[in-house]
Amino acid sequence: MEQSTSPKFKQNAHHALHDASLQRALGRLKTGFKDKRTAAIANMPEFEQLRDTARDIKNHTLANLDHYLSAFEANVIANGGHVHWCADAEEARQTVLKICQDKKAKSVLKGKSMISEEIGLNAFLEKQDLKVVETDLGEYIIQLRNEPPSHIIAPAIHVHKEQVADSFRETHKGRDINRPLDEPRDLLDEAREVMREHFFAADIGITGANFLIAETGTSVIVTNEGNGDLTQTLSKVHIAIASLEKVVPTLEDASTILRVLARSATGQEMSSYTTFSTGPKRDGDLDGPEEYHVILLDNGRSNMLGTEFQEMLRCIRCAACMNHCPVYGAVGGHAYGWVYPGPMGSVLTPSLIGVDEAGHLPNASTFCGKCEEVCPMRIPLPKMMRHWREREFEKHLGPQSMRFGIRLWAWFASRPALYGKATGLAVRVLKSMAGRSQKIGKLPLAGGWTDIRDMPAPEGKTFKQLWAEQQAAKKA
Amino acid sequence: MSSAPSSPSSKPRVGLFVTCLVDMFRPTVGFSAVKLLEEAGCIVDVPMEQVCCGQPAFNSGDLESARKVAKPLIAMFENHDYVVAPSGSCAGMMIKHFPELFANDPELAEPVKALAGKTWELVSFLTDVMKLDGVAAAFDGSITYHDSCSGLRELKVKEQPRKLLRTVKGLEIKELQEPETCCGFGGTFCVKYPEISGKMVGDKTTDIKNSGADMLVAGDMGCLLNMAGKLRREGSDIEVRHVAEVLADMTMAAPGIAGTEKG
Ligand code: SF4
Repeated sequence: MEQSTSPKFKQNAHHALHDASLQRALGRLKTGFKDKRTAAIANMPEFEQLRDTARDIKNHTLANLDHYLSAFEANVIANGGHVHWCADAEEARQTVLKICQDKKAKSVLKGKSMISEEIGLNAFLEKQDLKVVETDLGEYIIQLRNEPPSHIIAPAIHVHKEQVADSFRETHKGRDINRPLDEPRDLLDEAREVMREHFFAADIGITGANFLIAETGTSVIVTNEGNGDLTQTLSKVHIAIASLEKVVPTLEDASTILRVLARSATGQEMSSYTTFSTGPKRDGDLDGPEEYHVILLDNGRSNMLGTEFQEMLRCIRCAACMNHCPVYGAVGGHAYGWVYPGPMGSVLTPSLIGVDEAGHLPNASTFCGKCEEVCPMRIPLPKMMRHWREREFEKHLGPQSMRFGIRLWAWFASRPALYGKATGLAVRVLKSMAGRSQKIGKLPLAGGWTDIRDMPAPEGKTFKQLWAEQQAAKKA
Repeated sequence: MSSAPSSPSSKPRVGLFVTCLVDMFRPTVGFSAVKLLEEAGCIVDVPMEQVCCGQPAFNSGDLESARKVAKPLIAMFENHDYVVAPSGSCAGMMIKHFPELFANDPELAEPVKALAGKTWELVSFLTDVMKLDGVAAAFDGSITYHDSCSGLRELKVKEQPRKLLRTVKGLEIKELQEPETCCGFGGTFCVKYPEISGKMVGDKTTDIKNSGADMLVAGDMGCLLNMAGKLRREGSDIEVRHVAEVLADMTMAAPGIAGTEKG
């Protein structure tokens, strides 16, 4: 995805709030994942300790990132694989292309990968005349609809089944146009049949990676459909694309974090498929790719190291933060305008595409703290959104009026006597505006408030005025 | 964390942090807090120079303004045993965020830590420090309770208000379906993103109306003004009160937050 629409967050949100079918889908999301997570965690008394351990593993890894990445590379090579270090999206795309060209590939199978969304890989490869097929059902659906994902683990959460049926009828040619596609089962079966042909025909299989394991040179992917396994074992070449921070030191560490991942994401104890890939097919192996490549992508991550945003690199993309975020729940993922939505996106996106571009995202939060409460990696998301607001303020990026307003308010607020008089006056004015009804239906300069709610009237005097009067009366 | 009252017989001296919204919109909450604290055995003092905890600037990324506004509070409450605020949000600011705000100030870092260590949200102070386990109030009807975000998540205020509310004579608690979901106030959020905020507060008022309660109660004026404003706009006459008013038996002292036309 090249172009972000993050600067238009407000308009995006406006559309989302008026999109009835999206709102229906979000209503379902509201209970589904949340309830399942609650139940899964209730069954695991040691969950809180596991979160601490998971956080510590990642903190340790990030503090020694160069060491673990080098170890990972050495082990991949020892296993007969290749590692490509790519500084940015363009380098990563070119590397993928080169591998495809060397193999004279015509078609590419994709397992679900946020990184390939981040580098706009599909559109790029298609321009090079390669056929790209997404194998994750959700990704496949939005590929047919020509849309970006709206959620990091449930990319088509905003689409409902009638829309899927329409897309299938339109693209899956040569089938009875009146075939029943009303039940999810029908859709699944048809997708599976269509997908099967693609699996056998593909030259290259590209997946993301949930983890890279330094001690063994292994990449790990977690899926619920098994599409990831097939993508990487049936194709002649497997390319795993991962950003730098996906590395963990040991197999043991990966399994520890896996224990919090699925529970936080979908409320499962384990995802249905967890696949460990260590190098290409060996002599005597029945299946597996002939070549194994890992693309290690930086794309802005190393700039976050050593800054107040380093902790964001602990993120394991479980999506718990967005599943629980009331703002995400109101507007959905597309409103955020780039690959990563919800609270994690509000912190990560400004790091990757610039706060001047994504400035709305860290601002569009009430700091309710639910995201931090559920994040299995204990990432202090609200605090980091606030750090972005600080950076914006330093860079004079926010609206001038807000800047001015805050400075003016601070000037008043650091002069108690004057402030007391000003608030006393304001309270009297508001009280008289409200009249007998004790509410204000329209307040100049506060349209944002009174467009949707009344302004309750103040009682008439400030507490401090009344308190002073009372104290004086007591003395008298 | 906080020092216990110096001796069992001597009453702790509590500095009341009034909060901007209580000061301007709801003095009754301030007086309710004073009453509750005094009945619980405290000596209450209100430093008249206090203004604001600096939260609006802090959350807008203007740390310099936040420090400017917050700084006077540090000296103002130096001689109090405790600082108590009828708000989880402002107490949370002083407890959790002041130390961060002044972390690099060699002169203020220590005093700020001391201030943070003796600051409490009102209801949790009454139950957890003053060991209050009941109040002498009465309310004939049902209430529902909204758990405001800062108090709930920063300060773990959840059971304390319910525990005291259950001792109010005649009062029945009808829980919301989602008592812990943000009401969409969020300080400047509600003005900067009014549409999203509107959707969130709309979901909240639906939940409130579905609870069937006569009155909505919470511990933070920001959330209460937000929800009251929306309920009124929707024509609902569910009464809205700060928890301190109910516990202090001051529901007759002033009309509810945002009255109705009937008033
Ligand atoms: S920020 Fe935390 S909750 Fe959100 S996706 Fe990352 S790990 Fe999961």
